Amino acid sequence: MKKTTVAYYPGCSAVGTSVEYEKSTRAVCDALGIQLEEIQDWSCCGSSPAHTVNHILSAALSGRNLALAGSMGHDTVATPCPSCLINLRTSARKIEDPKLCHKVNALLEDPCENPVEPKSVLQVIVEDYGVDEVARLIRKPLNGLKVVCYYGCIMTRPPELMRFDDPENPMAMDDLMEAAGAEVLPFPLKVECCGASSGIPRKDIVMRLSGKLLHAAEECGADAIVSACPLCQMNLDLRQSQIRKEGYISKPIPVFYFTQLLGTALGVDKRSLRFDKLVVSPKRCLEKISG
Amino acid sequence: MRIGVFICHCGSNIAATVDCPGVAEAAKMLPNVVFASDTMYACSEPGQEGITDAIREHNLDGVVVASCSPRMHEPTFRKAVERAGLNRYMLEMANIREHVSWIGKDVELNTNKSIELVAMAAAKLSQNTPLTPNRFDVNKRVLVIGGGVAGIQAALDCADGGLDVILVERESSIGGKMAKLDKTFPTIDCSSCILGPKMVDVALHPKITLYTASEIDKVEGYVGNYNVKIKRKATYVDWDKCTGCGACMEKCPSKKAVDHFNEEVAPTTAINIPFPQAIPKKASIDAESCIKLIKGKCGVCAKVCPTGAINYEQEDTFLTEEVGGIIAATGYDLFDHTVYGQYGAGRYPDVITSMQYERLLNASGPTGGHIKRPSDGKEPKRIVFVQCVGSRDPSVGRPYCSGFCCMYTAKQAILTRDHIPDSQAYVFYMDIRAPGKLYDEFTRRAQEQYGVQYLRGRVSQIYQLGDSIVVRGADTLAGDQVEITADLVVLAVGAEASKGASNLAEKLRISYDSYGFFMEKHMKLGPVETNTAGVYLAGSCQGPKDIPASVAQGSAAAAKVLGLFSKDQLESDPQTAAVKQPRCIGCMKCVRTCPYGAINEIEDRFGNPKADVIATICQGCGLCTSTCPQGAIQLSHFTDNQILAEVNALCPPFMDESFE
Repeated sequence: MKKTTVAYYPGCSAVGTSVEYEKSTRAVCDALGIQLEEIQDWSCCGSSPAHTVNHILSAALSGRNLALAGSMGHDTVATPCPSCLINLRTSARKIEDPKLCHKVNALLEDPCENPVEPKSVLQVIVEDYGVDEVARLIRKPLNGLKVVCYYGCIMTRPPELMRFDDPENPMAMDDLMEAAGAEVLPFPLKVECCGASSGIPRKDIVMRLSGKLLHAAEECGADAIVSACPLCQMNLDLRQSQIRKEGYISKPIPVFYFTQLLGTALGVDKRSLRFDKLVVSPKRCLEKISG
Repeated sequence: MRIGVFICHCGSNIAATVDCPGVAEAAKMLPNVVFASDTMYACSEPGQEGITDAIREHNLDGVVVASCSPRMHEPTFRKAVERAGLNRYMLEMANIREHVSWIGKDVELNTNKSIELVAMAAAKLSQNTPLTPNRFDVNKRVLVIGGGVAGIQAALDCADGGLDVILVERESSIGGKMAKLDKTFPTIDCSSCILGPKMVDVALHPKITLYTASEIDKVEGYVGNYNVKIKRKATYVDWDKCTGCGACMEKCPSKKAVDHFNEEVAPTTAINIPFPQAIPKKASIDAESCIKLIKGKCGVCAKVCPTGAINYEQEDTFLTEEVGGIIAATGYDLFDHTVYGQYGAGRYPDVITSMQYERLLNASGPTGGHIKRPSDGKEPKRIVFVQCVGSRDPSVGRPYCSGFCCMYTAKQAILTRDHIPDSQAYVFYMDIRAPGKLYDEFTRRAQEQYGVQYLRGRVSQIYQLGDSIVVRGADTLAGDQVEITADLVVLAVGAEASKGASNLAEKLRISYDSYGFFMEKHMKLGPVETNTAGVYLAGSCQGPKDIPASVAQGSAAAAKVLGLFSKDQLESDPQTAAVKQPRCIGCMKCVRTCPYGAINEIEDRFGNPKADVIATICQGCGLCTSTCPQGAIQLSHFTDNQILAEVNALCPPFMDESFE
């Protein structure tokens, strides 16, 4: 078992809408031996509202967390949430720009000088830890569960900022799920938008975009969708019954976080993976896994 | 020395921001200047007459024309002074248009700068000496590089004009891209039916020597006398014996070789003749997939060959040809569509390139002319064409328009309907660019008679869903997003410079642009010539072109060569370097510097090492003169003294010092 320690930024969803992602992330990292050292007194990354109002403010909100992570002595800060990740990475890039650095730091009590590198937990597992290493620790393979992996629009894009995997056809989660013993089906809409935060002001947009994703997953013959983003998961899971009524799909399709399925394959205690939080019942899938 | 100065108004091009009469008045005060005047258009007939009359009337022995860049009109004025009996090198030009009037608006400053430029020209002219060109014989044989339609046309026209032609082609057959096409726009005539006879003419023409599967290795010499080393690549078949019967292809057990001619639509055999109409119709072995060449076992083709032509031991050979002129007609390559990850190209078998589609349409292609989609061999009913894949897109480094994709897409859409009457074709386009003869009518026919749906907008994503391909894009006329579920998607890939084009350009010492296309001498007035004398361009190597334009340029290049060879002797430019033997210390720095190999090491009569310039090879670039530590090597017409005279005119020494 490889030992890795990184600073950890859970993000606000982790303590709200995506508790199951957060709990399963911790459980998986624990099983793999990746030590997540939570940033003390972390605050919101700014989310979507901050950068729609002011880019410097947005960079400063994330910059505060980067400064805190830097003071912990790690060179990487991991977050499960792609939306937090893109804010942290944007902030780090602004701070590295000599023209913008002082503007960002003017808003901070403790300035951020050399930002640590923000990565997704997915990236830490796949790139720093290694899929082969994960494969060796699989105890309960997923028994050929047919899954499609859905990355969302910002996990890999814009490529010059995110610098992770193939921007149009990422494979990181596919490889992990395959290592975990799932049958991974090629999914054409891996990086398409689910509608994101439009769900609140324009429900129709999310219905259409997430509807397409669910339809494509059903067309592919998937038993389940695997996601890595709290907002994507919420749109696909929480809105699914409404979408089904509109006729995009014929039967329910569970939407897991990749950490929940990986945790299962690693033999983590089911209770800490919080399947109870999922809206679409994962029962049939879990039965298929246990055979 | 008696110098005359002529200041050109160039209409209002110069006169608007330069006081031309004022410059002429000031010029009268310059040393050696005995006559100065301003003129409306110096290059016009009355303008030139004014110069020749003044030479005779004022007994001038040198002329300064202050006008435009010498690039265009130096030859004009040289001829003018020659008509009046002066040596053509007793002319100097001061560029007061591109260097002055077009770039500054302040009349006073412009006028001052013009006076200074005229003063420099007059000072240099005072140091000029008459120069006489040497004459040398022309080797009236021509090399054509590239056997596509442009090269074929150029070779045939040269050969019909009585020249010996050497045609070199990289592939094992001539024909180029046109040989792969099914039909041609705007007349829908069969490509190989119109190209085939020309290819046969090449093979049968007594004046044409054809080397296929060959490449240019090295080019030495100069206009009229080039030495070209040609590499003949090993084909592992003795082509003198091969009859093209095809028995080897039938029996070859290695059936997974890459079929370049068929754009990898289907595999081929390791030994193959690329297509039925190939010229020459000879087999060659693909060394990368031949079992005998890889593993040493097999030899089936050698057993079945009725003439014993197979030779697994064959190696590359080299030969040298002497020619007087060269036509480069190396064509283009297709853009690598896999760059567009969002189009899934390379991942989805049913997302193909336009050239692959061309092979599907072609009766001699791998599907026998039946449109079958690669994934399952089914006949597609809904086909989407996506234009501008690798054209007009700065984000992939291809900001230029490839020019012919709008037309071939319309053609392919029409042919689709002909092949599958109950099919529906869709075309995503940015603009329909159809400016040729009968071109726009053709694209309208696609829409109006053949019911092709044209959608103006870019495609954002292509993905596979079940059995179908979903094409998502914008319809900017409807102001909406569209999604089309298709059975087959054809990407209209753009043109890019041929692989290895820049390498060849360096061998030929011609320029190429940042995309690798060869640079013509002048974009408008010298589209066939290059900046290297005796080297001409034809076809898409100079920029994307369709068939009519390539053929026209092929003929134009041939006309240029025939014009060049209409003289038995050519004049060499006397602006070459020469070594002053007593000053040369034999360091040979110039020998190492010369990019043309024009300088030799010799011994003087005392046995001392000396440099010596071969005037016929020297291109007059001047690198050696700036390298020589002794100033022993001097470039005629640009000697140190001539250049220093210009500098002194610009920065007069001790201007204020007076001995009065």
